[in-house]
Amino acid sequence: MTELRGGRGGAPAPGKSLAEKILSRSSGRDVRAGDLVIVPISRVMVHDSVIDAVMQGLRDLGKERVWDTGRVCVFVDHAAPAPTPVVADSHRVLREWVRRQKIPTFYDAGEGVCHQIMVEEGYCEPGTVIVGSDSHSNSYGAVGAFGAGMGATDIAVALGLGRTWLRVPESIKVVFTGKLRKGITMKDAIMRVVREIGTDGARYACVEFHGVGDLPQGDRITLAGMTTEMGAKAGIVVGTPEAPDWLRPDPDASYLRTVTIDLSTLEPQIAVPPRVDQVVDISAAVGQPVDIVFLGSCTNGRLVDMQQAASVLRGRRIDPRVRLEVVPASRRQFELAMRDGTLQILSAAGAVIGSSGCGPCLGRTGGVLAGDEICLSTANRNYKGRMGSPKASIYLGSPLVAAVAALTGVIDDPRSYLEASDAEFEALVERRRSERGDRGAASSRSGDRLEALTVVARPPRFAPQAEVDD
Amino acid sequence: MARAWVFGDDLDTDQIVPGRYAPFMVGEDKYQSYAFCDARPGFAKEVKPGDILVGGENFGCGSSREYAVSALKKLGIGGIVAKSFARIFFRNCINLGIPVLESADAVERVKDGDPVTLDAAAGVLRTPSGDASLRPLAPFAREILDAGGVVAYLAAHGDFPSVG
Repeated sequence: MTELRGGRGGAPAPGKSLAEKILSRSSGRDVRAGDLVIVPISRVMVHDSVIDAVMQGLRDLGKERVWDTGRVCVFVDHAAPAPTPVVADSHRVLREWVRRQKIPTFYDAGEGVCHQIMVEEGYCEPGTVIVGSDSHSNSYGAVGAFGAGMGATDIAVALGLGRTWLRVPESIKVVFTGKLRKGITMKDAIMRVVREIGTDGARYACVEFHGVGDLPQGDRITLAGMTTEMGAKAGIVVGTPEAPDWLRPDPDASYLRTVTIDLSTLEPQIAVPPRVDQVVDISAAVGQPVDIVFLGSCTNGRLVDMQQAASVLRGRRIDPRVRLEVVPASRRQFELAMRDGTLQILSAAGAVIGSSGCGPCLGRTGGVLAGDEICLSTANRNYKGRMGSPKASIYLGSPLVAAVAALTGVIDDPRSYLEASDAEFEALVERRRSERGDRGAASSRSGDRLEALTVVARPPRFAPQAEVDD
Repeated sequence: MARAWVFGDDLDTDQIVPGRYAPFMVGEDKYQSYAFCDARPGFAKEVKPGDILVGGENFGCGSSREYAVSALKKLGIGGIVAKSFARIFFRNCINLGIPVLESADAVERVKDGDPVTLDAAAGVLRTPSGDASLRPLAPFAREILDAGGVVAYLAAHGDFPSVG
């Protein structure tokens, strides 16, 4: 007989975390961290890269049809539009499958990143469990859903049965206090959190964000999605406008750990390759040359991100030694940025505008990196080989940092530019460009710098003592 | 006797199979030949069925790509022993029937290339420098693994266990 309850001893039960509330309600039982639950799923998100394995999983399970066509959302976004004939064939297989299954919710190439569309088009019901085939499905916590990324076979099981098994996670509480200063964004805030917690500090856990429920939805997607980079099973923002009244953690809920970040003293943050948790205040990275800048992804590909970049680049041209790629996160964001002139400003500045989707974030389409190239990306991962050549280096930063890097050819503090007069601004750009030197010199310089930064940035390892079973 | 392949901390799935060699990029029959192609050139050619991967903390972090695990399965990996595993990778291994076991000391005891034996029943990895102890799997994960993966588990049981 399967043991479904974890041993908690005889201590009186404290209040519940958000994860415990959602999984209790979904499973119809009073469950706590450590318990195993079988829960119904309100949506399953499936993306293009996994379709063959998902179809194989369904065949192996003997399931001809998905359990509920109205609860399945399918996206062609990871390698879209198709870059090679093999991928094109795979996309065709996916489209035929969607048609055969009569799944009405299908977003083809160019519609945008699955996570952005899942949240902005209202597919994520707060307080429910959603599973997705992409690891950044944690993003659905932006509106108070328990979103978890899973592999293709788990997704096939979810599609076949409409349920999944989960171990109720422990939770980590992240409290934001104060207000962001000009030139600092929630991307900086979440990188500061990753710096604190580390790439596996939230492994098997749910990260709860307190104090930011009233932020714009896009900022909340940035927060929830990046919990994946701490190993979290889910990341949920507390007190969002979408959340029903019951969806709040009890004041006496128990947490593995509480991390408090004062937004009013936050500096712009930079993640140093090849780890997302090698994060430094920007002052340590100023002058780092870059060859290519990517502005986009589910983390930072929204109108506000493009507007921030445009506020720096308006009426100017990027450094001729740098390429800038802008990929709106969805068609909605693309059209908003087109309508208000933001894309016009970015294009006039020299940006390549890509069709909405994951774009170069994972090195499959559009602007993959050459060996030894250095990228400043607004996305969420800087692993070796993530965006192309394994010899390339990827720094992560905010859209404002990205715009300044495109303009000057180096990483620099965006606040210097936002506060400068026009004359001071131009002088600063000129100085940074002349300091950068040529590409060969820049590249060899960056090697030493990278080594030095790596030593500074490596965080202490904190891992929750959770039972291993997801 | 199996060979141990030793890796460090935070081995991400981009290193196991880079995204550019995903099955849907290079074909369902080829992607496993790119396993560790950047991180450990030659791995896919030299690895033998039954070989054991040994790693540090957070093994398999990053992308949810199950093909990182199915590539290892196609190559016949007999099990993975690490200080800790990233959650999606862990689930994927259980679902596809690859034993994944936590051990605090295996990565310190084992040198790359050592002959090792995974004795899951005894809860140890036998190594030339003594036995490394393995943390027992949670019961439900073990049931899925014992069945040979989640598809086989569901075929045998018809459904998940009822919870009332």
